[in-house]
Amino acid sequence: MGIAVAMVVNGRNVTAEVDERTLLVEFLRRDLRLTGTHVGCDTSQCGACVVHVDGRAIKSCTMLAVQAAGSAVTTIEGLGSGTQLHAVQEAFRNCHGLQCGYCTPGMIMTAVELLKRNPNPSEHQIREGLEGNICRCTGYHNIVKAIASAAKVLQATAAA
Amino acid sequence: MYSFNYVRPSSVAEAVKALNGGNFLSGGMTLLPSLKMRLARPETLVDLAGIAELTGITIEGDRLCIGAMTRHSDVASSADIQRVLPALAELAGGIGDPLVRNRGTIGGSIANSDPSADYPAAAVALDATIVTDRREIPASSFFTGLFTTALQAGELVTRIKFPMIKRAAYAKFPSPASRYAMVGVMVVDTGKGVRVAVTGAGPCVFRQEAFEKALDQNFAPQAIDGIVVSAEGLNQDLFGTPEYRANLISVMTRRAVAAVQARR
Repeated sequence: MGIAVAMVVNGRNVTAEVDERTLLVEFLRRDLRLTGTHVGCDTSQCGACVVHVDGRAIKSCTMLAVQAAGSAVTTIEGLGSGTQLHAVQEAFRNCHGLQCGYCTPGMIMTAVELLKRNPNPSEHQIREGLEGNICRCTGYHNIVKAIASAAKVLQATAAA
Repeated sequence: MYSFNYVRPSSVAEAVKALNGGNFLSGGMTLLPSLKMRLARPETLVDLAGIAELTGITIEGDRLCIGAMTRHSDVASSADIQRVLPALAELAGGIGDPLVRNRGTIGGSIANSDPSADYPAAAVALDATIVTDRREIPASSFFTGLFTTALQAGELVTRIKFPMIKRAAYAKFPSPASRYAMVGVMVVDTGKGVRVAVTGAGPCVFRQEAFEKALDQNFAPQAIDGIVVSAEGLNQDLFGTPEYRANLISVMTRRAVAAVQARR
């Protein structure tokens, strides 16, 4: 049992032997101790486990670690620079886009990809973009505001 | 999950050889949840992600050819597909959620024949051709029932060929929770006749011939007024009765016809 995997996680080369059944989210949390990625429903509905694999936002509870072999994975820990938060993280803080915080890492990872594909989304497009992420506290309003606000900041940065 | 062997071959020939009674793994959006619930116990998972010949969107003659491993998000955002078959790009952009669309594939959806999946409606209404490692199968004889298809054991869908028809549209009433189609209707005006295919309503995608005849005479939403859709044999679940779904077939067909009319 077990299969060797190598991938890049948050810019760092990682090699490990994993059981074929290991989910990517288990590998990140248990083996790499990157516990910023959460497990909510474990049935690919809630989006708390969203990470980026080769630049695409995916639900890491519904991907095997072996499927990510050879890929570049970014988790919530890899978004900021260490001392500085990513613009989307900053916007969630400023707009009070979180309450309990459980869904927040997934919300932010989804939002980052959304803004990469569509730098200037309408409110409707933001809400559609969040269809795969469930929040039980906020009612989404401040999350949507945070993403709209981050879009402005990122566009101003890109234009500068 | 029960234990399994995992292989990731780099060619279709290797994949078919490696299967050995196991399962092909494409996007995994249905298979992995099934494995997690221990609904299946394959000895081997053959991951198709490393096979270059299963990817790519090309136009060959009068056909749009989409590799089986093409993700829903890539179909939705393809400028070529938006130009030659916009209805298909729109359909792909409405599957599940953005995170599911980043993993799920057209080949996986077609091969699974989920009664509520979106792609089967497009394949049947557009009279697509399903290409496998060994033959070509017309969509009209591909979907044979609930989660069943004409595929033989170990047969692999490699690509899907669509005619390029602009006068086509898909309208779906999504389950508010899963975004699967409670009812989805694809309407295609081929120029030689109208084709209407329905997903989500029955055990498997089917054509609505009474609507097709009426729309052949008069391509307008009101053309199907007064045609009664039988609820017999339609799906019953927490979200809707067969009678509710029968009504949705008419409603979604009218919306799809209006969307075709609105195309330039």
